[in-house]
Amino acid sequence: MALLVLGALALLAGLALVGVLYAAHQRMAAALALALLCGAVLIYASPRFYAWRYVVPGALAALVFIVLPMAYTLAIAFTNYSSAHLLPFERATAVLMGRTISSGAGLDFRLLGGDGGTHRLAFADEEGKQFLSAPFALGEAQRVAVAPAAAETTPDALPLREVIALQPALQKLTAALPDGTELRMSSLRRFVASRPAYVQNTDGTLTDASDGTRLSADFDTGYWQRPEGTPVEPGFRTTVGWQNYVRIFTDHRFLEPFARVFGWTVSFAALNTLFTFTIGVVLAVALNWDALRYRNFYRVMLFLPYAVPAFISIPVFRGLFNENLGEINLILDQLFGIRPGWFSDATLARGMVLVVNTWLGYPYMMILSMGLIKAIPGELYEASALAGAGPFTNFFRITLPLIARPIAPLLIASFAANFNNLTLIALLTAGAPDYLDTQVPVGATDLLASYTYRIAFQDSGQNYALACAISSIVFLIVATLAVVNLRAFKVGQEAAR
Amino acid sequence: MAIVLKKSHRWRVLCVHAVLLAFIALTVFPFLMILSISLRPGNFAGGHLIPEHISFEHWKLALGMSYLDADGHLVKPPFPVLQWIWNSLKVAFISATVALLLSITSAYAFARMRFRGRDTMLQSLLLLQMFPSVLALVAIYALFDRIGEVVPWLGLNSHWSLALAYTGGVAQHIWLIKGYYDSVPRDLEEAAAVDGATPFQAFIHVLLPMALPILVVVFVLAFLGGMIEYPVASVLMHDEDKLTLAIGSRLFLFNQRYLWGDFAATAILAGLPLTLLFLVTQRWLVSGLTSGAVKG
Repeated sequence: MALLVLGALALLAGLALVGVLYAAHQRMAAALALALLCGAVLIYASPRFYAWRYVVPGALAALVFIVLPMAYTLAIAFTNYSSAHLLPFERATAVLMGRTISSGAGLDFRLLGGDGGTHRLAFADEEGKQFLSAPFALGEAQRVAVAPAAAETTPDALPLREVIALQPALQKLTAALPDGTELRMSSLRRFVASRPAYVQNTDGTLTDASDGTRLSADFDTGYWQRPEGTPVEPGFRTTVGWQNYVRIFTDHRFLEPFARVFGWTVSFAALNTLFTFTIGVVLAVALNWDALRYRNFYRVMLFLPYAVPAFISIPVFRGLFNENLGEINLILDQLFGIRPGWFSDATLARGMVLVVNTWLGYPYMMILSMGLIKAIPGELYEASALAGAGPFTNFFRITLPLIARPIAPLLIASFAANFNNLTLIALLTAGAPDYLDTQVPVGATDLLASYTYRIAFQDSGQNYALACAISSIVFLIVATLAVVNLRAFKVGQEAAR
Repeated sequence: MAIVLKKSHRWRVLCVHAVLLAFIALTVFPFLMILSISLRPGNFAGGHLIPEHISFEHWKLALGMSYLDADGHLVKPPFPVLQWIWNSLKVAFISATVALLLSITSAYAFARMRFRGRDTMLQSLLLLQMFPSVLALVAIYALFDRIGEVVPWLGLNSHWSLALAYTGGVAQHIWLIKGYYDSVPRDLEEAAAVDGATPFQAFIHVLLPMALPILVVVFVLAFLGGMIEYPVASVLMHDEDKLTLAIGSRLFLFNQRYLWGDFAATAILAGLPLTLLFLVTQRWLVSGLTSGAVKG
């Protein structure tokens, strides 16, 4: 019964949401919400979909929070969405329509206080002619008619201080002179005649009111354009097809940094997986050695780097490696008299990134390997001991071959995770040192993920679409890895059976 | 294990001890350094690992208190660290709760029911959880930007949007919880069904109480994930008093304003509880990765 009430409430809430979306002119979103709601009613009312009642919350969450952002990324990759093309077409047009031009002619004004919080506007032109408005309440945008008035009838003008305080409300006013001229506030002392800069024509083009040229919207470039082709800011969002991908793969300004970053990303992920696994598995073998005492203490201490949140340990390393103030260079300077440029030399920076990430990642491999090594039957080692085998033979002939299969999918997952290790780069080097010979800002330690991050959020161009195009290429790589991973996982499972 | 103890055996044990201790010394060095820095006066490097003068100035600032320096100036905390910690707790708590609530029933259906598309969906979830949200940062930003135009409290720079963006972990949670449900015998639920319980009642009253440990673990993991997440938060949040700790702590270390000591104190203050929490829960995470949880 309580569930029924809860369901009814949820249904009402959903309907309300549809209403809100519709009222906010988000028709697509409203239709989508309504469709989802219908689907939900069908699933929760019909016994045929009983299992789906349970599946839907999780499945929907996965759709909304994982699949939708991915799909949207792909969609943005085919647009020109960037800081120069931020607004949708209607909004960019509205911005143009909202612009005004002034002819320069204007009148000095004074603001007069009236009864009951009302105000009056008084104007005077160069020849001393006076105009006065009826009392009105400031606040909303409104048109105020002014009529000629006798000179010096209005001594009680408000001081400038109050005009400044009322400026936002004054800027919404349009004052209309008897001859029909419309005036708007231009400064604290003056109203000037102004009119819309652009007028919309019936065929959808705009006419520039100052010189009469026609502007047409060009949906290939995402700009309103004059006949000779000069674009008018602001640009609008439009679909540009494969243009972003074409730029990445044919324009050498983008292809070259992309190739460099891609090469480093692959080597970083591969080297890092290799290092962490090597150190991890060796430590795991040591920690599984029965003859060794205090193993629990060692395990906790060795695991520590993984347990400390990355957003703390990475900046710690950033500080320790700091070229001028860092402790590491201080020690190196005292011992050897050198101060390596960890953030200015490309090779050193890459080395540092690898060292730090290996430090962060080996405990994970160690713990995984320990679990797998524990599962190896002890008789194998007893037999090899009888045959006189040493620890190295044991490791390479028994341990490693036996854990290879179950650990393969985890190594692939580690490769994929490091491939996209934005946190490490953003917090440690931010890509530094930057290449000096590229036109897009990109550095020697930038991974594909941090490269797209810089293109989207730090580069002054804020090219969201280009960033999405690169992200979608990374999607393909990750998808391949994921499928391979699934295969390796199944092979491991069958081997375990 | 070793049946014949050779003479070299003891040497080998000693060697391994020495190597392990040396390795631990190397890995723990940064932590000792940061502890030392947090207790040193001033924000500059230098001095010994064991500070000559102990000063709690950085700790006072981290805890939101001002202090008088040697010249008599009142030094105020550079950043609202406690506010950041509170923001992080809030966001992580909301996202962990939402993610858990969304996962438990799905995991139940996947563990106990047979329906069309079940295996396909399970496989898809396994694949989906490999895609990090880092790749969809622009889309997440643009989506919340648009949502914010209609629903301001769910737009950019709001904690609700951040918490929802973190809910993408459901794919992994469903697998973890399903793995645990699989390991719980069905007998009790079947007995409940014989007594007239609907599947929903059997789920709520029989299975869920028994699955409490995994629910706690998944909650804690989701919570920790929200506490330490950096990329999404750095894109969605702007105002200084709304930042989470993970993105706020970055502000300490700019070359122009290098607050090394203050950062060290904040790092320990925030990092210690998170580290302990993770040390306690990591067992389940790792065992879930290597066995049990990920069975097809």
